[in-house]
Amino acid sequence: MDEVFSFVFLMLASTLRVATPLVLCAMGGLFSEKGGIVDVGLEGKMLMAAFFAAATASVTGSAWAGVAAAVLAAEALALLHGLACITYRGNQVVSGVAINIVAAGLTIVLGAAWFARGGQTPPLVGDERLLPLFLPGAGDNVLVYAALLSVPVTWWIIARTRFGLRLRAVGEMPLAVDAAGLSVAWLRYRAVLLCGLLAGLAGAYLSIGQNAGFSRDMTAGQGFIALAAIIFGKWRPWPAFGACLVFGLLDAIAIRLQGVRLPGVGEVPVQLVQAMPYLLAMFLLAGFIGRAVAPRAAGVPYVKEH
Amino acid sequence: MKRWLGSAVALIGLSMLSPAAAQTAVKPAIVYSTGGKFDKSFNEGVSAGAEQFKKETSIPVAEFEPSNETQFEQALRRFAQRGQDPIVAVGFSQAVALEKVAKEFPNVRFTIIDSVVNLPNVQSVVFKEQEGSFLVGVLAALASKSGKIGFVGGMDIPLVRRFQCGFEQGIKYANPNAELITNMTGTTPAAWNDPGRGAELAKGQFDRGVDVVYAAAGSTGIGILQAAKDRGKLGIGVDSNQNHLHPGTMLTSMLKRVDLATYNSFKTAQTGQWKGGMQVLGLKEAGVDWALDKDNEKLVTPEMKARVEAAKADIVSGKIVVHDYMSNNSCKP
Repeated sequence: MDEVFSFVFLMLASTLRVATPLVLCAMGGLFSEKGGIVDVGLEGKMLMAAFFAAATASVTGSAWAGVAAAVLAAEALALLHGLACITYRGNQVVSGVAINIVAAGLTIVLGAAWFARGGQTPPLVGDERLLPLFLPGAGDNVLVYAALLSVPVTWWIIARTRFGLRLRAVGEMPLAVDAAGLSVAWLRYRAVLLCGLLAGLAGAYLSIGQNAGFSRDMTAGQGFIALAAIIFGKWRPWPAFGACLVFGLLDAIAIRLQGVRLPGVGEVPVQLVQAMPYLLAMFLLAGFIGRAVAPRAAGVPYVKEH
Repeated sequence: MKRWLGSAVALIGLSMLSPAAAQTAVKPAIVYSTGGKFDKSFNEGVSAGAEQFKKETSIPVAEFEPSNETQFEQALRRFAQRGQDPIVAVGFSQAVALEKVAKEFPNVRFTIIDSVVNLPNVQSVVFKEQEGSFLVGVLAALASKSGKIGFVGGMDIPLVRRFQCGFEQGIKYANPNAELITNMTGTTPAAWNDPGRGAELAKGQFDRGVDVVYAAAGSTGIGILQAAKDRGKLGIGVDSNQNHLHPGTMLTSMLKRVDLATYNSFKTAQTGQWKGGMQVLGLKEAGVDWALDKDNEKLVTPEMKARVEAAKADIVSGKIVVHDYMSNNSCKP
């Protein structure tokens, strides 16, 4: 019994550790997409934030300075995205892809120039990292709780506040919002900035919470998985959170299953175990999710009629 | 005029006799593997060998850090075109590219580390990783209190299985009842560069009772060893001496003297003694070893040291034969 309990606890802890950056990113992406701005650049924002978090923490010796730098870096990219998509009405997907490319290149170039470690930052020790708060074994640093908290807060803002109502309106029918005398651009900028804040926290978690330093391309596609979670969750906070947890759980299972002999089957091949999350994702996407309807105006720049 | 001629002849004669004449001008170059020059492991070992050569001879060494596998061929060819010679290619994944380029430039000397390319102008350096891994396996079994030991490999390929297999044999040699839990980070080259996943795999092993983990995973190892430190478990480094990463929780490192291989390639080219063909470096040739320094001396008791050194002597003398996974693609002889 004890063993079962500890197994469940360990799986849960592992799931949360892996899901934390996904949850933060997905909630950020939700704000942006609800406001009508498609955000393919989550990955790039997270990567840039991870780099600046580790670099700043390493130079200043403070994890909190790292978190602040991460948020600022992600906000800078978010503003760039906003400028391209809202002010200049550019293609939102192209802008997002450009942000990903810029982040992948710039982090390595800056890292190599500042630290001369081939794009890595120096390993972080002690106070330069966010350490576990209550359960040293589980790795529950403050950003894990922030991720858990971000879900009800996101839900509350989007579903229950005046800002949320207007945000949803601007994502569905910006013309109506404009007719009501509200600024479409200012609403969308706020959505994009909220997205930057959360993606920044996700990046900081990766480099100074989960790991001890930045290494190139360390996001490894998690921004896109968060994007997939938003679609799985049909642009709603709680289902998106559920999707993130499923991805985290699958990863945790994949890690535990490796090299374990299952009764009757023998040792499961590593390749199959590692393909599991993707197979299941396709399976779910093909049959179980049903139609996912995006905010109607997502991806469409708003042009005011004269 | 005659006197001038005479002295000129004498000068030429002198210079031919002096040892400086035996040294040919070399323009050495290195193409690193995708793990990057500062991976604190395999590539960094190569770079250490190059640094030593630079310091001794003050000959510059050209370097290239590819960001993906498709750049190997380009980089090797460009170095060969520029007249760089000898060129060291780091890692098994460059073998195909190297074979192609070495055929195009038969007068350029190449050295490949960790793989074999059968061409007259290629020197292939491979290591008996199983022997070094055997030694750290002995040490792991002696240091483990739970009797459960972990192994986290990088990309799942026979070369990494060779580390794992030697490690397992060393563990069983020192403690037949000990259990080994094996994880591989991935099946693509990205598995050499994923410290987050490495840390998660290591934590998974610790949760299952493991208290010593061996990281044979390039840059991914940084995450694995960090996880060991965070949980107060013991870590074993690989390729270059990684004991300094976390003094006090690093049990030891399995040394693969890639620095020596690199240095020797450059040095022999300079002195004109460079030879193509295959070199297999094991314990006997001091090509692999285990690391003991001030960072881990407190963790290694005199008895442990004696057991490891005894095993080492037995392997060198041939009394213990460590099975090579790659000889039959199985860990059973």
